[in-house]
Amino acid sequence: MSETIDKGRRQLLTAATALTGAVGVAFAAVPFLSSWKPSARAKALGAPVEIDISKLEPGAMLKIEWRGKPVLIVRRTPEMLERIGNHDDRLADPDSESSKQPDYARNPARAVKPEFLVLLGVCTHLGCLPQNFFAPGAAPTVGLDADWPGGFFCACHGSKFDLSGRVFRGVPAPTNLEVPPYTFADSGHIVIGQDQGSVA
Amino acid sequence: MAAQEAPAGTGRLAALGAWIDARFPMTKMWNEHAAQYYAPKNFNFWYFFGFLALFVLALQIVTGIFLTMSYKPSATEAFGSVEYIMRDVEWGWLLRYLHSTGASAFFVVVYLHMFRALLYGSHRKPRELLWIFGVLIYLALMAEAFFGYLLPWGNMSYWGAQVIVSLFGSFPVIGEGLVEWIRGDYFISDITLNRFFALHVVALPLVLIFLVVAHLLALHEVGSNNPDGIEIKKTKGADGHPVDGIPFHPYYTVKDLFGLGVFLVLFAAVVFFAPEMGGLFLEAPNFEPANPLLTPAHIAPVWYFTPFYAMLRAVPAFAGTQVWGVLVMFAAILVLFFVPWLDRSPVRSIRYRGPIYKVTLMVFAANFIMLGYCGLMPPAEPYKTLSVIGTIYYFIFFLAMPWFTRIEKTRPEPVRVTK
Repeated sequence: MSETIDKGRRQLLTAATALTGAVGVAFAAVPFLSSWKPSARAKALGAPVEIDISKLEPGAMLKIEWRGKPVLIVRRTPEMLERIGNHDDRLADPDSESSKQPDYARNPARAVKPEFLVLLGVCTHLGCLPQNFFAPGAAPTVGLDADWPGGFFCACHGSKFDLSGRVFRGVPAPTNLEVPPYTFADSGHIVIGQDQGSVA
Repeated sequence: MAAQEAPAGTGRLAALGAWIDARFPMTKMWNEHAAQYYAPKNFNFWYFFGFLALFVLALQIVTGIFLTMSYKPSATEAFGSVEYIMRDVEWGWLLRYLHSTGASAFFVVVYLHMFRALLYGSHRKPRELLWIFGVLIYLALMAEAFFGYLLPWGNMSYWGAQVIVSLFGSFPVIGEGLVEWIRGDYFISDITLNRFFALHVVALPLVLIFLVVAHLLALHEVGSNNPDGIEIKKTKGADGHPVDGIPFHPYYTVKDLFGLGVFLVLFAAVVFFAPEMGGLFLEAPNFEPANPLLTPAHIAPVWYFTPFYAMLRAVPAFAGTQVWGVLVMFAAILVLFFVPWLDRSPVRSIRYRGPIYKVTLMVFAANFIMLGYCGLMPPAEPYKTLSVIGTIYYFIFFLAMPWFTRIEKTRPEPVRVTK
């Protein structure tokens, strides 16, 4: 062996060792980071749920739980449906262009059948549960004015949504309330978590 | 000097000391960090809080260990196990109240400790890394407090976690997957609780202890600043020690123990007479179990987060996303890392600065408290407007700092420390 030190060779070997080690660390991190993803059991528990809506009165709301989130099912009266048509200019996203919903619910009623409104009860601002204020007119206790057409009000940060879950302008929530995937099993049953038209 | 040798005296104890010193640097470490660590002799009231923070850390670790022995980190049992600790475990109520009050006390002393740094320029060269370790401790502490707040599994725990975890969902593209990854489920569930428990009792305490050691090592490397903001190392006596320095032990151990006594009187008063602090330390909705279908009428984080919460709410959503408020909130913490370089004043201490810094800093402190108050309040007027003003001032204070600290006329610093 020669007495002189080949510094270039040493540098190359050090860099190659460090690089190989870094790749190894990156691969070793995968199982740890992946263990944080929803487990098989969590995925199974997130399966669709079937709800009986045959006994839901017109104008009433049903609150059920799907994947731990509140799902709101409202049976809208013709009068309530009328009240969603006259205030598009006050809405932030009247045509649901930047909001989340399945394609079959992207219409002014935001529903497959206008009579039944299905929404995630999760405010698009920070995830609170919006309260229902279906009666039109002022509700001074929470700061709703006389021109309130009825809808949902989030008490956490003051976001307002109409009777289709569409968000008003000038409130913290950026988009309309999300519509979960759902389908009608028959006229009296609705399946939350399963897309319209897919095989049950 | 005699202090550089093994502990004085003869006999078996001294022999044992010598035996250890030959194998472990016991005396050397004691001298380096206590008996011969020379600290400026002019420390005042503001210099209690570093030691108090260390004490509260120890208190949290000890009470935390004992709480872990009775607590169950599962969605079905967590709330009940906390009630069990409160009612059935002997002295369990005390352990829990010490821990919950300790969390708030930790932030009180840390905020005062940080304010001290801004008063006397303790963040300035050569203490930039010391300051950065401090900000990292503050960050780790916020994470620790956040994870810990979910554990009682009360309704405010649940919805507070829901709001904070949702923040990460506002990031475009990756947001939703990121939130799912943090929760490990499609909602805040048993799985989330269990992992927050692991982070709260194992991961973050280790990070905190590591950072505190780094903070102290950095401090003892550069030496303590003082209310005059001058380097005592520049004036050394014949013995090689700073003439304005006194050994930390016994002088400051005694002073800090006195401070600890005063602190403990106040702390005990809260623990025994106002552990909930009128809903500020333990919020009312947290006395009912977590309920995913019932949002508390008004969600506010615990008081020590509210200044940042107010900033989050002050920024409106635009371009179809509310990520801006989240970015502003993170930026408010990120900007702290740059303070050592933003401050361009020729002097360190507020004593020798001009009126601009004095006024802007006092307004900053008042503004921070105002933001905290706004963050506790519902999102209505006047708090909305005040939050916007407060947020703007918070950032102006830091971003204009290079300018207003440089143009300001300062008084000359003394060579030796004053009283």
